[in-house]
Amino acid sequence: MEIARHWRLKQQRYGLVGEVCPHCDYKIFPPRDICPNCGNEARTQYTFSGKGEIFSYTTIYEAPTGYDSNAPYTVAIVKLTEGPMITAQLTDLGEQPVEIGMPVEMVTRKIRNDGDERGVIVYGYKFRPVMGA
Amino acid sequence: MTNSSETTSNTLLKPNKPVGIVGYGAYVPRYRLPAREVARVWTGGKGGLPIKEKAVPGLDEDVISMSIEAARNAMARAQINPMELRAVWVGSESHPYAVKPSSTLVAEAIGAVPNTQAADWEFACKAGTEALVAAMGLVGSGMARYAMAIGMDTAQGKPGDALEYTAGAGGAAYIVGPAEESMAVINSSYSYVTDTPDFWRRENQKYPEHGMRFTGEPAYFKHITEAATALMQASGTKASDYKWAAFHQPNSKFPQRVAGMLGFSLEQIAPSLLVPVIGNTYAGAALIGLTGILDIAQPGDRILMVSFGSGAGSDAFDIVVTDKLLDAQGRATKTQEYISRRTEIDYATYARYRGKLQMK
Repeated sequence: MEIARHWRLKQQRYGLVGEVCPHCDYKIFPPRDICPNCGNEARTQYTFSGKGEIFSYTTIYEAPTGYDSNAPYTVAIVKLTEGPMITAQLTDLGEQPVEIGMPVEMVTRKIRNDGDERGVIVYGYKFRPVMGA
Repeated sequence: MTNSSETTSNTLLKPNKPVGIVGYGAYVPRYRLPAREVARVWTGGKGGLPIKEKAVPGLDEDVISMSIEAARNAMARAQINPMELRAVWVGSESHPYAVKPSSTLVAEAIGAVPNTQAADWEFACKAGTEALVAAMGLVGSGMARYAMAIGMDTAQGKPGDALEYTAGAGGAAYIVGPAEESMAVINSSYSYVTDTPDFWRRENQKYPEHGMRFTGEPAYFKHITEAATALMQASGTKASDYKWAAFHQPNSKFPQRVAGMLGFSLEQIAPSLLVPVIGNTYAGAALIGLTGILDIAQPGDRILMVSFGSGAGSDAFDIVVTDKLLDAQGRATKTQEYISRRTEIDYATYARYRGKLQMK
């Protein structure tokens, strides 16, 4: 059980809430309070648009414990429009093939159960092919 | 016995301050199970089909994740600060937790915490419209500027049961606010409720039970016609005054028949009649029917929406579109865009996605 950790990370996981550096405007995800670009303190909250594109991807057939009920699934490195790269599962692919450079958008989904079916359900960001609108 | 003449003396629910819809958003999952697949497995492909196909949630979806997406669509159309929402209410009969609100998580995900009400509502298929009436009251009293009401379900159907053909997934979110800011003014609502055991699910039971033919006349048709008739009588309107109507839709036949009973044409319900292609979305059904209308409605269009929840009751709403709707329609994904995003699955995949396989 890791309830405290899930609770602490909820904002970044549910809504891609990161930080922006007040000194150089560098967008930071996950939040780390120090700007990796200029080294100054950066604690200003910034909510990412959730838009990005596939930088690289792979499909997991032998999933780690806790994720096995969803296998096979595809994990991607997504380059967010605002700059940062993040690793996340892809979802709602249907029969759509994944390609590098494919535009994707963030959705909040069930990631796994904490422990068994009696534990809390962990929700967080995944990415799917961009829909209309 | 209750009858319609008794209900007209104290009829309309009308807030002191006029209210309306300042944001709306739909959600339908990607996967579709054709009704013929259910028939193939359980009846040898014989017998009539109540719908064409139903929407099925993916492995990582539930009422919370689906509500978040509908809520984000509503926020995109409303363009308000989420901190101004003073209520986030989720109506469903498939909340992921028995104890722990879906609504707090939805509120957190859209940035509406902590200065907000949050609660989960239960009234079978009308939990969402019940929350909508409460949102009208909260805003109409002046206690809140904005309140969000969601109706969303991942409906359960026992394998092989008549309900398995139709038990779908989807729903919609609405933000109620001051009428002068709204894309559709809600003139009033009216609720008609009796104790009628047409459909239920007991504690810890995975699948619901229903009263077979009892679900029709004394339940669905009685409550919807009484609620709609009382609302229209008290409002001084008739069916032809409405451009559109949305009814609760457990199958293709019921909403078409109840529309006819109330004097509405098939054209008036066409944009809201989504059950043939997404199934019965339970607490989401009437509400997503209304998003189907709002996506194409024009300023001045008058809309009647009537939900039905087993147990049983109906909420009827008298709604008029304003000129603010046209700008808002394109700010988020439309209902038909979700419906046309479609991947067909077979019964075996459906059984896996819906957790119908015993794994231990």
